Amino acid sequence: MTRSKSSRRGAEMQLHSRHLLGIEGLTPEEINLILDTADSFAEISQREIKKVPTLRGQTVINLFFEPSTRTRTSFEIAEKRLSADSLNFSAGTSSVVKGETLLDTARNLEAMNPDFIVMRHAMPGAPHFLSRVCRSSIVNAGDGAHEHPTQALLDAYTIRQKKGRIAGLKVVIVGDILHSRVVRSNLFLLAKLGADVTVVGPATLMPPGIERLGARVSYDLDAAVEGADVVMMLRIQLERQGKGYFPSVREYFSLFGLTEQRVKRAASDVIIMHPGPINRGVEIASSVADGPYSVILNQVTNGIAVRMAVLYLLAGGGASEEAA
Amino acid sequence: MSRGRLILKGGRVVDPANGIDGLRDVAIDREAGGLIERVERAIRAVDADEVIDCDGMVVAPGFVDMHVHLREPGREDKETIESGGQAAAAGGFTSVACMPNTQPVNDDQSVTEFITAQARRKSPVRVHPIGAITKGLKGEELSEIGELVRLGCVAISDDGMPVSSGFMMRKALEYSRMFGIPVINHAQDVSLSAGGVMNEGYYSTVLGLKGMNAVAEEVMVFRDILLAEQTGGRLHVPHVSSARALDLVRQGRARGVKVTCEVTPHHFTLTDEAVCGYDTRTKMNPPLRSEADRAAMIEGIKDGTVDAIASDHAPHCQEEKEVEYDLAPFGVVGLETSVALGLDRLLAPGHIDLSRFVSLYSTGPARILRIEAGTLSPGAPGDVTVFSTSRVTKVAPESFRSRSRNTPFEGWTLKGAVTRTVVGGRLVFTAG
Repeated sequence: MTRSKSSRRGAEMQLHSRHLLGIEGLTPEEINLILDTADSFAEISQREIKKVPTLRGQTVINLFFEPSTRTRTSFEIAEKRLSADSLNFSAGTSSVVKGETLLDTARNLEAMNPDFIVMRHAMPGAPHFLSRVCRSSIVNAGDGAHEHPTQALLDAYTIRQKKGRIAGLKVVIVGDILHSRVVRSNLFLLAKLGADVTVVGPATLMPPGIERLGARVSYDLDAAVEGADVVMMLRIQLERQGKGYFPSVREYFSLFGLTEQRVKRAASDVIIMHPGPINRGVEIASSVADGPYSVILNQVTNGIAVRMAVLYLLAGGGASEEAA
Repeated sequence: MSRGRLILKGGRVVDPANGIDGLRDVAIDREAGGLIERVERAIRAVDADEVIDCDGMVVAPGFVDMHVHLREPGREDKETIESGGQAAAAGGFTSVACMPNTQPVNDDQSVTEFITAQARRKSPVRVHPIGAITKGLKGEELSEIGELVRLGCVAISDDGMPVSSGFMMRKALEYSRMFGIPVINHAQDVSLSAGGVMNEGYYSTVLGLKGMNAVAEEVMVFRDILLAEQTGGRLHVPHVSSARALDLVRQGRARGVKVTCEVTPHHFTLTDEAVCGYDTRTKMNPPLRSEADRAAMIEGIKDGTVDAIASDHAPHCQEEKEVEYDLAPFGVVGLETSVALGLDRLLAPGHIDLSRFVSLYSTGPARILRIEAGTLSPGAPGDVTVFSTSRVTKVAPESFRSRSRNTPFEGWTLKGAVTRTVVGGRLVFTAG
């Protein structure tokens, strides 16, 4: 295994866990380590030959129980650029319907000796369950409404890239706070790195106790975006309409949609973020999504470097355990 | 079977029904059907064919767990009347009342007869069936409640399935008055709790799990108390978990409503913080609530609002629980940890004294169910629980008598232990 980067960086700083299950369990130092490491991986994607031998001979299974294009593709590219052997296992929710339990799926995969399992699942805690029964490193690629740690890391990387810092920034997160794993991971991360965060959304989509995660709650987007450095829009799932969460897309957009008028209230160098996929005209106006403040596509680009950094650092932890 | 007389010698007898708390011997006449003969100082051992030394132990009327799921008929892979009965004996219980959500449901005389016959054949402890309020637990038509009571059902409940229709609950309370039995309604407004897997609060937010707000329990408790007040029926609220629900019971009773309630050991011991880590052994319904709710359960136990501790023993197979948190069935086993948790969490910290402890585990539930238990009066069934307040219980699910192991208390060390269980003058459990 090639460890050229770790020898350059020195062995003193590593992730304390061989899994990445959430941001909640990371220290600020670990978050910064991942972001710093991503910096050095970003350059690889600019090369003509976008590949380093870092994870040569290691096997990564992308185990996706929920449909995902962006995250799965991003992981896959990250894995390939690190020379890992990666394969996609799109289980759908059908394995549950067919009667195979997650435990049996995990045992079957484990029998193939993968080094990593990157997992997306509709149910909170599913990767934690997997981490208790598998020897592989588990990377949570989103578990229900719980966490999506690599999304928060790529968001932080993008903010740092554009703003040079995270501490003290005024960040506004807008949308379906109740059902969003992106929010939870971002709240953990932004609190650890000292940002000033406000969450905005309909009261029907605001979970109890969210303030204890270090966020202010607002139902008034116009007031909340005043002077904001970062505005992060969340995808609103259209099926929530008609289930008592909000009356219509029209009213949702008028209260919580990000329009050019609202962007004008923010800081003059505001950045507009969105984890994707976006609903144009539902939570964000097209002119804003495509406008000069939008960094939505930068987020996608940065996702690859951040995921390369995560896999690399988790492999480093695994390697030192093997040596012991 | 040995004949003659059993003497429990030298223990501290605590029998709140007779106002006794002191060193006594207990004699049980095995020839006369295993009834209590007398409770006196220094009964001569020469008259006995068996003497159990109870020095340093507490000797109490046999404990009653009024809320267990024995799973038979239908789910004998989780528990049987035999294994559940053995678990009860090992947990210090001489009587249990079993919920009707078996397969088939106990809404029919043949099922009641099967349970009582099977219990006579297989169970070391007394088993009192609870009949269904409604046929098939569907909440639509009353079961043949009169027939169920005639064959031995001591209460009615659709446990696990709340009676959502106010009309049906009213009719159940009215109809059951004729038989003097309590109606036990799983208090939950399902339109408010649907899809929830844990308490709604800070921890459900952090964990991203769908919450069930305590209000879902509270509105149902309030409705049921008002209906009990209107009809004069007897309402028993099972597994109270919310502070406000308990307060509604307190207020109802102060107005003279015939309402009683029980609290489980897990609700007076744990909070929803225990769900962090997604251990499915923390998943039950009603869910573990907040610290304020837990503290309120202790308060209710202290001030007399709570009539009984009941385990809501709900066995599930390991493979059913080894799944995603959302998919795991609700429920934890409790028969073999209930008394030790009570001794450790209620008695040892001084929240209650021994007399109140025995009331909660014996006299209280016996009164609610109007069964012959809860007292050591001469002529009462010779059911006795002997326990130590100082001996330590180490919770080891692998040695449970129950067929299931789904306890959140694995590995806990608790101060207090059941040492012997006697049913009808027969020793059915001795601690190793």
